[in-house]
Parts: sequence; structure tokens; C-alpha cells
Amino acid sequence: MFATAVIVFREVLEAALLIGIIAAATRAVPGRNRWLAAGIAVGIAGAGLVALGTGRIAEMASGIGQELFNAAVLGLAVLMLAWHNLWMSASGAALSADARGVGSEISAGRRARSVLLIVVGLAVLREGSETVLFLYGIAASEGGASGSMLMGGVAGIVAGVAVGTALYAGLLRIPLRWFFAATGVLVLFVAAGMASQAARLLIQADVLPSLATPLWDTSQLLPQTSIVGTLLHSLVGYEAQPAGMQLVFYVIVLTAIGAGMKWVYKKSEPRHARS
Amino acid sequence: MPRITHLLALSIAACLPATLPAAVADDGFKLVIQDHRFQPPELIVPAGKKLKLVVENRDATPEEFESQALNREKVIAGKATATLFIGPLKPGRYPFVGEYNEATAKGVIVAQ
Repeated sequence: MFATAVIVFREVLEAALLIGIIAAATRAVPGRNRWLAAGIAVGIAGAGLVALGTGRIAEMASGIGQELFNAAVLGLAVLMLAWHNLWMSASGAALSADARGVGSEISAGRRARSVLLIVVGLAVLREGSETVLFLYGIAASEGGASGSMLMGGVAGIVAGVAVGTALYAGLLRIPLRWFFAATGVLVLFVAAGMASQAARLLIQADVLPSLATPLWDTSQLLPQTSIVGTLLHSLVGYEAQPAGMQLVFYVIVLTAIGAGMKWVYKKSEPRHARS
Repeated sequence: MPRITHLLALSIAACLPATLPAAVADDGFKLVIQDHRFQPPELIVPAGKKLKLVVENRDATPEEFESQALNREKVIAGKATATLFIGPLKPGRYPFVGEYNEATAKGVIVAQ
């Protein structure tokens, strides 16, 4: 039961942390809770479909369908997070002045809600499909232990959601002045980490060269399976033995979104000064 | 003229043994999952080059091939075969597990 709980916890954690960050970052968006719930529901439904179609997806593109599919999901999530951050940079100052959002931002807020839905949906879909497969495997296998193992699965989900909720609650304690800057930086690193994961999948599928395997090895110092390693992996994309190409993707996404945020912020400064 | 073609054929034939190991590597190194165990539990591969790994899951339940040392993870549906690329590896031992059945599904890739 404990082993089951740990595996499910690991799968759920990444999505839970992302949802915690996104939920905090969109605190000013009207109707956020409903859209968040809808994103999770869409993600769970999608995860079920992906789990059902695992065999078929894997066979596509002569055996590398799974890697291409997951890399595409990650790529789309990176784009959505980038869009979210650019929008927050443009309206962050106004939002900080009034956390409930000002009238002029509401139309933009509508668009932010669909981004919120897609990002949360994608995160749940990707991590959820593996959880569904794992739990299905337990349910399908014979033996009386399956009851307690399913309990373990539930415990893993609860623990993952608890950590995501704790992060959310912690983020809300950040003073409003710094709040949107802090969540923006967090989202930026999450996006860069996702880009690095997408690169790893494309290397695994032999679509991209690895450049160096591994670029460094810190698996003795800070194993990725340790609690700190797992958290750092989910939050800033830490890897103990990354390929060189992963770092290239990481740095490109980090600088591109970072520069974009700065540019958008500068451009919208006169507007902030007026309001 | 026929001699030249003969020579050509001969020289091509002479090249064949040299390309054979590459052809073997192209088919990939094979692992089989049965009863939540890997066969063979120890797979010996050449160090220093990119390798194709073919994992056949003969169980009805899905499995996730995972290796921190190889920096790889891939879900394999029940009764399905998956392909993934690893390396180039430095000589050494690279443990892997079937994450969904970690108690029994264990193995190691030895690069030499």
C-alpha cells in the first residue's frame, strides 16, 4: 500500500504544484474557481481517454507516438504559461493595486480564464493518464492485496493535493506588492522545466540529438527521487543527469519568456502611470 | 567489364561484415517483460554509442520502464512493444525498473 501511495503521490505532485501556482497567480481573475474546477475535470476526462488509447498512441509515428504526444502537450503548456506571464506583466501593476481586478482588465481576464483552463487541463491530463494506467494495472491484477493498494492510490492523491494546496496557501501570504512578480517568476521556471522535459522526450524518440549524456551528474549529491529533488524537479525543472539539449531548451524558454515579460511591462508602463 | 562488376560486388561484400554490427544495433537491444520481471535482467550493450532499446510487454497490465541513471521513462501498454533510444553511455552499470511493479521488475544495462 505504501509503495502504491508513493508512486501515485509522485505522479500527482507535479500537476498539484502547477495548479497551486496557477491558482495563486490567477487570484484576481473573476470566476477563477469554476474555471479551475473545469480545467481539472477536463484534464481527468482527457487522462482517462489517453490511458485507454496508450497502446494506439504509442504505435503512432513508428513507435515514438507517446514521446511526440507528450512533447506536444508540454509544448502547448509552455506556450500557454508564456502567454499567461506576458498578460500578467502587462496588467500586473494594475492588479497589484487592486487584487480583485479593475474594470478595464475584465475582458483580458476572460481570455486569461481560457488559458487557465487549458494549462490546468493539460497538466492533469499528462500526469493523470499515468496514474490512471497504474491504478488500472493494480485493479486488473489478481490477488486480495488490490483493496489496500487502491487505498494507497487514494492516499497518494490526497497527499499530492495537500502539498499543492500548501504551496497555494503559502503563496497567498506573499505581500501583494511582490505577489504577481513572485508567481510570474515561479511560472517562468515551471515553463522552462517543461521545455527541458519535452527535449528529453524528443531525445528519447531520437528526433533530437542529446548533445551530451549526461551534461552533469548530481545523482549522488541530490537524487531526483529524493523529496527535495522531486520538488525542485517540479518547480524549477531540476534534473540529476540531464542531456545537453535539455539545458539548451531550458535556457531558450527562460530567456525568451523573461525578455518578453520585460518588454511587455515596459511597453505598458505609461498606462500604469496614468491609472 | 564483367571483371569490374565482380570486383565491385566483391568489394561490397567485403564491406558487409563491417556494417553488420550496425545493422544488429539498428534492430535494437531487446528486453521482455513477463510476470512483472525483465528478461534478461542484465543486458550488455556497447559503450559510447546511441542505442535503440526495444521493450516488449507480454503482461496484460501496463508497465512504465524507468531509469534515473539512463534519464528515461516510458509507459508501455499491456501486450505492447515500445521503442526508445538511450546513450551514448559511458562504461558502467545503469539500473532500471518497471515503476508499476518495482518489487519484481528490476534490471540493469551494462555498458562496456
